[in-house]
Amino acid sequence: MATQNVQSVPAELSPEELESAAQLVAEAQADFDRVMAEDSRVEPRDWMPEAYRKTLLRQISQHAHSEIIGMQPEANWISRAPSLKRKAILMAKVQDEAGHGLYLYSAAETLGQTRDKMMADLIAGKARYSSIFNYPALTWADMGAIGWLVDGAAICNQVPLCRASYGPYGRAMVRVCKEESFHQRQGFEILLELSNGTPEQKAMAQDAVNRWYAPSLMMFGPPDDDSPNSKQSMAWNIKRFSNDELRSRFVGMMVEQVKVLGLTLPDDQIRFNEDAKKWEHGPLDWNEFQEVLAGRGPCNAQRLERRRQAHDDGAWVREAASAYAAKQKEQAA
Amino acid sequence: MSSPDSITGHGDISTGVAGGDSNASATRITPGNALRPEDIALEVRTGLSKPTGDVAEYALRLGDDALILAQRLGHWISRAPELEEDVALGNIALDQLGHARSFLSYAAGAWGKSEDDLAYFRREHEFRSAHLFEQPNGDFAVTIARQFLVSYYQYELYRRLTESTDSTLAAIAAKAVKEVDYHRDHSAQWILRLAGGTDESRRRMIHGLRLMWPYVNEIFDDDELVIRLAQSGIAVAPSSVRNDFDQLTGQILAEAQLEVPNVPAAPGGGRRGQHSEHLGYILAEMQVLAREHPGASW
Repeated sequence: MATQNVQSVPAELSPEELESAAQLVAEAQADFDRVMAEDSRVEPRDWMPEAYRKTLLRQISQHAHSEIIGMQPEANWISRAPSLKRKAILMAKVQDEAGHGLYLYSAAETLGQTRDKMMADLIAGKARYSSIFNYPALTWADMGAIGWLVDGAAICNQVPLCRASYGPYGRAMVRVCKEESFHQRQGFEILLELSNGTPEQKAMAQDAVNRWYAPSLMMFGPPDDDSPNSKQSMAWNIKRFSNDELRSRFVGMMVEQVKVLGLTLPDDQIRFNEDAKKWEHGPLDWNEFQEVLAGRGPCNAQRLERRRQAHDDGAWVREAASAYAAKQKEQAA
Repeated sequence: MSSPDSITGHGDISTGVAGGDSNASATRITPGNALRPEDIALEVRTGLSKPTGDVAEYALRLGDDALILAQRLGHWISRAPELEEDVALGNIALDQLGHARSFLSYAAGAWGKSEDDLAYFRREHEFRSAHLFEQPNGDFAVTIARQFLVSYYQYELYRRLTESTDSTLAAIAAKAVKEVDYHRDHSAQWILRLAGGTDESRRRMIHGLRLMWPYVNEIFDDDELVIRLAQSGIAVAPSSVRNDFDQLTGQILAEAQLEVPNVPAAPGGGRRGQHSEHLGYILAEMQVLAREHPGASW
């Protein structure tokens, strides 16, 4: 976009100056609207409406927080992974999530927020992250179900985000999606191995799928008629498909894959609606969703406390690193 | 991270396994092409390479050190002081786990077992890890102190092991030494930062080094097995790397204006199955699920 640096208007302006400033903003808005109409990209130094910036900042930082909090349920099984190969894969996966958090925080920083501030908001309980991570990872099979269902749902959500109108977000998502598809495959593999294993292992796999199925469907957000922000996000080319569209697409994928796994989905109302040409599923407990969102899930307090603890325990290390860097700079000067 | 220059002066490792049997298939790994534990397991299973009992016992020591350290480091993932350190410590843990898997897969061949048989179904006294690797993470400075000592030791050991007459050990070492070089750099950088950062970080760094130093001696102990294997060019006698270790760690400590801690050495005993109090807990956690389902595959 051509028009830049017109976001701040000095306080004391003559009527003529005010008018010309207003004209600049109007031109910038027109430029932005053209970018939206052409479905091309907004870059960090371009002018953008404040609401667009805020929406993106909220979405990208929530996404980053989800990666970071999402490390916890899986990190819970690194030390107990039942084979060294699985241990290595799980470690690599959780480490990837830290990497995703890093790219996403960087993308969010281009919108004018520091990582420190975002982290502080997360720890203070002011920022949200995906509710799914407030469920506990109780057995090894949960590593399979999280990979297959949770990462599977994340991929359905995130592939369209690779085309999001905000450049840094779209580009971060390209890399995230590549790694997520590996994550989903490893989850599928874990479940397949368990399903073909001993009766105990198979039962463990089915139990995990039963527990993670509904929460993973709810990852797409509330039904379309109850999702007030979706319309604006779609107009801004951030969101490309509605919550219900994505959910239906996800159910269609899972219903095929679960057959290969030799397991079942805990939903006897899944069917393909020929008229609407989409997959339908049984009712979801949106009350539970709201409860977990409101902080009353099984692990909300535990997840935040763990993040807070790591942050607090590491404070002296971060201070030391800054102090050392400052001394080095001083010496070089 | 470390520049290629940091390797010079330590001999050329880029060609990998110069001293090994070039016809053995583990050495067909071209530089930059990762040697996977699965490849070693396959060779062992198909009889392409089978270690003697002595070699297996030696590989077990190296594998157990790396495995126990990986288990320790893995705990940091999601708990590190910065996201960058979640990634870095995770990387080091993964590298160590990779080395462990290779050494254990090879050792397992001597007894018709698998890496998982060795990791999950041995008892505490059957492990061969040295006490240093078993030490608790403590705070970040303690972990860095442990990593600093381990990385400089492993680097010197693996660098020489690339010339082992045992081609599989040589190939594993050739891959490992490149990775451990980064571990050295990571820990040395942190030693400098923590020692030169704030009063508190300096105090903690000194404390961390003091806590770990009693376990340094054990890793350089020779015994009959390594002396025998070193004579035939298979193993590296740990005592032979002590001078380089002292010199190189000494340089970093001097740069950080730290002193080599003056603390009494602990006797060790890990190579004989006499472990620290910590190992039992590490194994209880690591092995619990596998042992609930004996014979299952994952």
